[in-house]
Amino acid sequence: MSVAAVIDAPAGRQRRVLPGFGLTMGLVLTYVGVIVLLPVIALVLKGAEIGPVRFWEIVTAPRTLAALRLTITAAALATVFNALYGLLMAWVLVRYRFPGRRLLDAMMDIPFALPTAVAGLSLTALFSENGWYGQLLAPVGISVVYTIWGVAIAMSFTSIPFVVRTVQPILEDLDQSQEEAARTLGATPFQTFARVIFPAILPSFLVGTTIAFARSLGEFGAVIFIAGNLPMKTEIASLLAVIRLEEYDYNGAAAIALTLVAIAMVLLVVSNWLQSRLTRRRVPA
Amino acid sequence: MSLVISHLARRFGATPVLRGIELEVRQGELIALLGPSGSGKTTLLRIIAGLDWPDAGGLSFDGTDWLQRSAAERRIGFVFQHYALFPHMTVRDNIAFGLTVLPRASRPGKAQIAATVDRLLRFLQIDGLADRYPAELSGGQRQRVALGRAMAIEPRVLLLDEPFGALDAQVRRDLRRWLRGVHDSAGTTTIFVTHDQEEAFELADRVVVMNGGVIEQIGQPDEIYDHPATPFVARFLGLTVELPVTMRAGRAEAAGLDLSGLPRRAIPDGSATLFLRPADIQPVSDPAAPFRVTEIASTGALLRIVAQNDAGCWIEAEVPRRGGRDLRVGQRIGLRIVAGQIFPGGTVPAALPAATSRTLKETRS
Repeated sequence: MSVAAVIDAPAGRQRRVLPGFGLTMGLVLTYVGVIVLLPVIALVLKGAEIGPVRFWEIVTAPRTLAALRLTITAAALATVFNALYGLLMAWVLVRYRFPGRRLLDAMMDIPFALPTAVAGLSLTALFSENGWYGQLLAPVGISVVYTIWGVAIAMSFTSIPFVVRTVQPILEDLDQSQEEAARTLGATPFQTFARVIFPAILPSFLVGTTIAFARSLGEFGAVIFIAGNLPMKTEIASLLAVIRLEEYDYNGAAAIALTLVAIAMVLLVVSNWLQSRLTRRRVPA
Repeated sequence: MSLVISHLARRFGATPVLRGIELEVRQGELIALLGPSGSGKTTLLRIIAGLDWPDAGGLSFDGTDWLQRSAAERRIGFVFQHYALFPHMTVRDNIAFGLTVLPRASRPGKAQIAATVDRLLRFLQIDGLADRYPAELSGGQRQRVALGRAMAIEPRVLLLDEPFGALDAQVRRDLRRWLRGVHDSAGTTTIFVTHDQEEAFELADRVVVMNGGVIEQIGQPDEIYDHPATPFVARFLGLTVELPVTMRAGRAEAAGLDLSGLPRRAIPDGSATLFLRPADIQPVSDPAAPFRVTEIASTGALLRIVAQNDAGCWIEAEVPRRGGRDLRVGQRIGLRIVAGQIFPGGTVPAALPAATSRTLKETRS
């Protein structure tokens, strides 16, 4: 709609900062088409080639189901952790002033910058039985490496910045006088958080956690080192797709990949819909 | 039943913001805290609300020490400058907020809360807006909702921070009258902060003029207007012309000024300063007088006249255009002073403002 409005604006009426709407819009559409849309379309076409019966067989095969179950469960665990911990980190970064705050703030981006394989390797080293954390956990009978917990930890590591970075700016812009108003009206600190602060950050919080979840579903590099990749036990879906590819089973690979994409897409659509519902009447007309 | 503030002091870092505030507000009064920005008026209001805490001094309400009470326990209604409405709640939910957060034991039932909100909506003349969100309201409507939200908890004191600051002139005047009506019919004690003297004088029972963290004067509007207690209050209330005079036996004298219209003052002999409103100066043609007209500008109904004497002292006078027809630039005039305020001690003659000196040059050339 906004695009149409800009195109419809009579030439010369509205001077834009940068000239060349046609050129820039063309570049954007080309990028979206070639880099984002085309591979997805190719994947869907490949999936369509398989036919519904064969597709269903592949997806419901015990090994595939086990991989999908592990991936979704571990991603859900990672997301619950990220939601709570990411919110806490954003809160601390915005609300408190302490020495080293800027450093801590910069460190939030390390998972984005670090190659995921490096993250996977170091996490494996830390949590293996003679690693720093593993040594402490092994006597208590907790093993992380080669279990679903390891998978979840690796997923959480690479996706937590999504929550922090989406919630942080909203929290920063939050009008402090709303909290003061709640206090003068008799609200307890908990009521102030639950009824004034949280609803304000909820839309961005939802988006952040959904993106973190979607990212966790597809996480590959960090997970495969710590997971151990035992079929039926600790094998994630995206690894299974790679294995099928290596076996020249293109249909199998495509079907698994398509399932992952479908789950992620549904999530993003639902989260966007929720966000627009929540913010519909909050912005000035 | 009164709010008593004693020796209140507050500093932000090394900067003193409030320095020994003494104030007593009686039950049912409407008080204006008037002062320029940085005078400490908002800080004082926030301390009364429990949103800020003094470094020294006392604050009590009806004999209870309020410094031992949190904002929530004081039960005050605070209306924020930019309203601070909850954007994710409807008007109805915003107004009901203070009632719904009460502990279960003292919380009214759902139907009772709804009835209270309905009554407030009607009282504030916004019953058509109950299901709108704050983003869907105009500034004036938001102001009313903010007031309704504050009044729902039946506050002991209503505090308003620059209540009309963000509104345009017409809405401002309407809401001002309306707020006075609300205050009178609700019977609350109200304190509001403003930097607009017209607003303070029209609305308040008593005005507290603040400057630099101290109270310069407390009084009824007319009393302050007619008898500003300090040079600051005089300047702030538009007595912008300052002339050096000499006191002799209670009367002020100065060359070229006819001061016979001013009453005697109990001010010791010696140098003093006369503060005047431009409208209280009448120019009289007098070839022997030391003042010379340097600029005449029409503002429609009024003529603004700038005159200067040989000592470099300048004044600005406002006369009705009809009465000033004979005046010419360069003409020598005497000045008859109708009303003014005298404070002992001399002041440095004010420098000509940049804008005026520019027009002066233009007029001369």
